[in-house]
Amino acid sequence: MLAYITRRLVGAALVMLAVAILVFFMIRLVPGDPIAVMLADSGSPEAREALIRRLGLDQPVIMQFWKWFTGVLHGDLGASLYGSNQPVAHILMNALPKTMSLAMLSFFVAVVIAVPAGIIAATHKNTAADAGVSLFAFLGLSMPDFWLAILLIIIFAANLQWLPAIGYTPISEGFWEWLQHLILPAIAIGTGFSAIIARMIRSSMLEVLQADYMRTAASKGLTQRVMLLRHALPNAMIPVITVVGIAFALLISGAVVVENVFSIKGLGRVLIQGIQNRDYPVVQGAVLLVSSFFVLSNLIVDLLYAVIDPRIRYS
Amino acid sequence: MSDATLDPATTAEPIVPKRKSRFRKVFSKDRKAQFGLLVLSLFVLGAILAPLIAPYDPNEMSLNMMAAPSGENMLGTDDLGRDLFSRILWGTQISLFVGVATVGLALFFGVLLGLLAGYYGGWIDMIIMRYIDLQWAFPNFIIAVYLVAVFGTGLLNVIVAIALAFLDDFARVARSMVLTLKEEQYIDAARVQGFSDMRIMLRHILPNAMAPIIVLATVSVSYAILGEATLSFLGLGVSTDTPTWGLILADGRSFISRAWWLGVFPGLAIMLVVLSINFIGDALRDALDVRETDF
Repeated sequence: MLAYITRRLVGAALVMLAVAILVFFMIRLVPGDPIAVMLADSGSPEAREALIRRLGLDQPVIMQFWKWFTGVLHGDLGASLYGSNQPVAHILMNALPKTMSLAMLSFFVAVVIAVPAGIIAATHKNTAADAGVSLFAFLGLSMPDFWLAILLIIIFAANLQWLPAIGYTPISEGFWEWLQHLILPAIAIGTGFSAIIARMIRSSMLEVLQADYMRTAASKGLTQRVMLLRHALPNAMIPVITVVGIAFALLISGAVVVENVFSIKGLGRVLIQGIQNRDYPVVQGAVLLVSSFFVLSNLIVDLLYAVIDPRIRYS
Repeated sequence: MSDATLDPATTAEPIVPKRKSRFRKVFSKDRKAQFGLLVLSLFVLGAILAPLIAPYDPNEMSLNMMAAPSGENMLGTDDLGRDLFSRILWGTQISLFVGVATVGLALFFGVLLGLLAGYYGGWIDMIIMRYIDLQWAFPNFIIAVYLVAVFGTGLLNVIVAIALAFLDDFARVARSMVLTLKEEQYIDAARVQGFSDMRIMLRHILPNAMAPIIVLATVSVSYAILGEATLSFLGLGVSTDTPTWGLILADGRSFISRAWWLGVFPGLAIMLVVLSINFIGDALRDALDVRETDF
């Protein structure tokens, strides 16, 4: 087991290094000139020189990379090229709690929809209920999350005026306030994701229900409820763990878009604004952060799987 | 597959007619697939005929601003008085084109990489797989956003960006199919006959590996369409004067409290097309007997 963990950790570290190299060098290919954009009117040659020197763009690219990379290892991601030139790490740390709140609430919404839906579909196979869940899953997968976000705003914010259409309040200012701002975005992101989980739970439940131990449980005279919740569901959830890795990618991609609809200044909004402003350091930092979370979540999934299924450790 | 026929009469028949009849069987029973085929054909037809049947020029402004759906403007007008139906109809061209072109590109290069990696193994496999593993480290959508950010917006860039993001899926599926098929006796037979590697890959392995690739390609078209709409919505899409579905939604977003149709119809078009393709993909999966775990 230890050997397996070491191997996976080294692998993940190498992937992260490669990601850092890729993120750094690819952005050097950007066609636009950020110096020209930044100086807008006051583009005197002296000002240009000074700025290039301040950003270290006069040094060889390898030196720039080394400086950037050692900085990254110390948590220094450079400074934004815009506004008050805030440190990128600072901007990302401000954005992170919002995106995390949103991702967790979306995950919660997805599970709350998916678990009952998946169980009902499996226990009522080939009935109207099963067909309904299947249709819901298809709709959830086919609906763009930003469109669902717009529909929710039209219904709950513009017409019924029950919930705010934009903004974010931290949970420290009250759970209810926090929830009011985040519930619509969370539904917009969580619905598509719930479709994926519901399908997985259905098919893995169907397999589990055929298992010998379910027959044993039935012959012991256990109630349907106990059989389903205590015996079938925990076993059916094992393959669902694999979606945790996919989950992260989906939740983050969802957040990137949906934050922009609801004007929540999370990672997604920071990333898109960074792109619009050609703010290299911010875009680099955001992509690096998202990718490292992704690598980390894949690593955790692999390790969890190795704990559950010992065969994986030796392959 | 519970409905797979096992009587000797059908199993003894050659593979191709059996597949055909199987297609017919699955599609004649599957209501969702029929719905998908119907709706998708309507959209394809609409895209082709857009220049002839669109009631207005999609970019023509008028003083009839933010008019609700009526006999004059079937789906209403936007804040600049442009006819929403005409804009959505023209947008169909972009969406379908991006969907098909993207998947065509990802399919060609992905399958090529997968074939090479699986067939030759060794260092070729190692290099290709390391690259694919690296791509795994980024969520697909982030790859596309980053590529568009680096190389700029525009039709070609969007297509390449989304295609690159999908490349690894095709390479992975093709490689795993090759690894299984390589051990088959008919491949040995072909090799003994002295056929070239190229011929064995293209004529003997590829046709037998097509089933999961076809299903993946179908489903990927729907994801590509969603991806393009999302990029356009974020202002990272095709261009600002081409009416694409994502862009129409982005333009209308500020007005949805007064003009709900601007928020509803473009998204409905996206959903109907994507849903239809997913329905068809699901039926294809049944007809070609591809397990979901093949991906």
